[in-house]
Amino acid sequence: MLDKVQPLRMLDQDPKTIPLDQIDVSQAELYEHDAQWGFFERLRKEDPIHFFDHHEYGRTWAVSRFDDIAYVEKNHEIFSSEPTITIADPPPDIPFQSFIQRDPPEHDSQRAAVQPVVAPMNLAKLEALIRQRVGVILDGLPVGETFNWVDEVSINLTTQMLATLFDFPFEERHKLTYWSDATTGAPDVSGGDFITIEERNKALAECGEYFVRLWHERANGPPGNDLISMLAHSEKTRDMINKPMEYLGNILLLIIGGNDTTRNSLTGGVLALNQFPGEYDKLRKDLSLIPSMVSEIIRWQTPILGMTRRTKQDTELFGKQIKKGDKVVMWYISGNRDEDVIKGDPNKFIIDRESVRHHLSFGFGIHRCMGNRLAEMQIRVAWEEIMKRFRQVEVVGPEVRAPSNIIRGYRELPVQVHPL
Amino acid sequence: MTKVTFVEANGTEHDVDARNNRSLMQAAVQNGVPGIDADCGGQCLCATCHVILDEQWYSKLGTPDADEEQMLAPTPERSPTSRLSCQIQVTDELEGIKVILPEFQM
Repeated sequence: MLDKVQPLRMLDQDPKTIPLDQIDVSQAELYEHDAQWGFFERLRKEDPIHFFDHHEYGRTWAVSRFDDIAYVEKNHEIFSSEPTITIADPPPDIPFQSFIQRDPPEHDSQRAAVQPVVAPMNLAKLEALIRQRVGVILDGLPVGETFNWVDEVSINLTTQMLATLFDFPFEERHKLTYWSDATTGAPDVSGGDFITIEERNKALAECGEYFVRLWHERANGPPGNDLISMLAHSEKTRDMINKPMEYLGNILLLIIGGNDTTRNSLTGGVLALNQFPGEYDKLRKDLSLIPSMVSEIIRWQTPILGMTRRTKQDTELFGKQIKKGDKVVMWYISGNRDEDVIKGDPNKFIIDRESVRHHLSFGFGIHRCMGNRLAEMQIRVAWEEIMKRFRQVEVVGPEVRAPSNIIRGYRELPVQVHPL
Repeated sequence: MTKVTFVEANGTEHDVDARNNRSLMQAAVQNGVPGIDADCGGQCLCATCHVILDEQWYSKLGTPDADEEQMLAPTPERSPTSRLSCQIQVTDELEGIKVILPEFQM
């Protein structure tokens, strides 16, 4: 068998003129340079179900239109989440399993077990604590200096939130963020460069030991409101520790789910308001727009670029013949800019957009984001508190993005804050 | 047009003239009833148009199909008479129906 040819480097190509069959939107550096838009615009118009035989990932289909993505979400009997939901196949040295990578019925029962912790009535209890912690972070920001919003606010805040949800030892909370970044940021998972595979394996082993220890502590103590305690005491899940890979997989899923997504939306919101100053004015005049703005931030940012399904049987998808085993990538980043569905220029950030909640960032169907209400609440509270303190969070330099074909994230956003 | 009453979790009632052959969800959204988010736009792909019916109306309308059941199942405020309002068509038969909204959509 001949070795497959490396694809062209997309960054060197003009999306308007590159032959359609050469377009490969799985290249992590595309997203590092925010250079994906032209390629997706072309695919949505000319080849919305786009085939690419990748030298590393194999036969893949890029689904780029909003409604087509919804169709794939709906047909989960054909488009499976097993064995995983990334374009890359699961690395053999990550044995963890979580419900995001399972189909029904296992998906349903595992998800049902952990869902109560992010149920809205639980969140209502958390809001005051989150608001207080946001306030402390914002009050500590260095006025008159340039600093990195990503580190000082976005990461700091989401890490504290995670520690709160898990009742994780507060002084060691940075470990949560590290484990999350280690899981998603290695080259074999996302094309990322955060960590080497060896370091990642070491980090996950440490994570595993840590959470097994916490389980036993919580199981031996009285029931609490934190996630681990809920798992250890709930009738449905109290034996989960006997399947450590399942326990740790679901813990990691919750850490990642609560980390990258909210973090990058907190940064993306600042960037969006600076790129669209008219919207910032609108917000200053009417703070009741914050909840609507939160949805628009989540759409505009699309912190999860997409999710991959694997086809369980030969099938047809809008005229294309999909073979059993083919990967079908639902590119939320593209669907969220689909002009046929997102009315009124989808590339613009409009905080009072019509049908603002109708976006793909949480996914749809049985795998729809479980923490969506927690994410919205955190971002809403953050903006309510920011607007109480600062006339402007001003972006004073270019953002630095991370290479990844899973997460659309930032490493740096240099800002200065201007008090009211 | 069919008379429909949406009742918020806090008891506030909204009487609405709903257009026939559209969904109950659309009736709520078009009349500005708070508490119906309808994130997926009516495709039975989320559960943010969750409503609760009384037993009589529930049995009259029939049980949710498999797709709807799958989306309803993980909803925290799921009750035995829960439905997704995007899956209920407004017809003359619904005249006078009372539709209870949950406290939260998820």
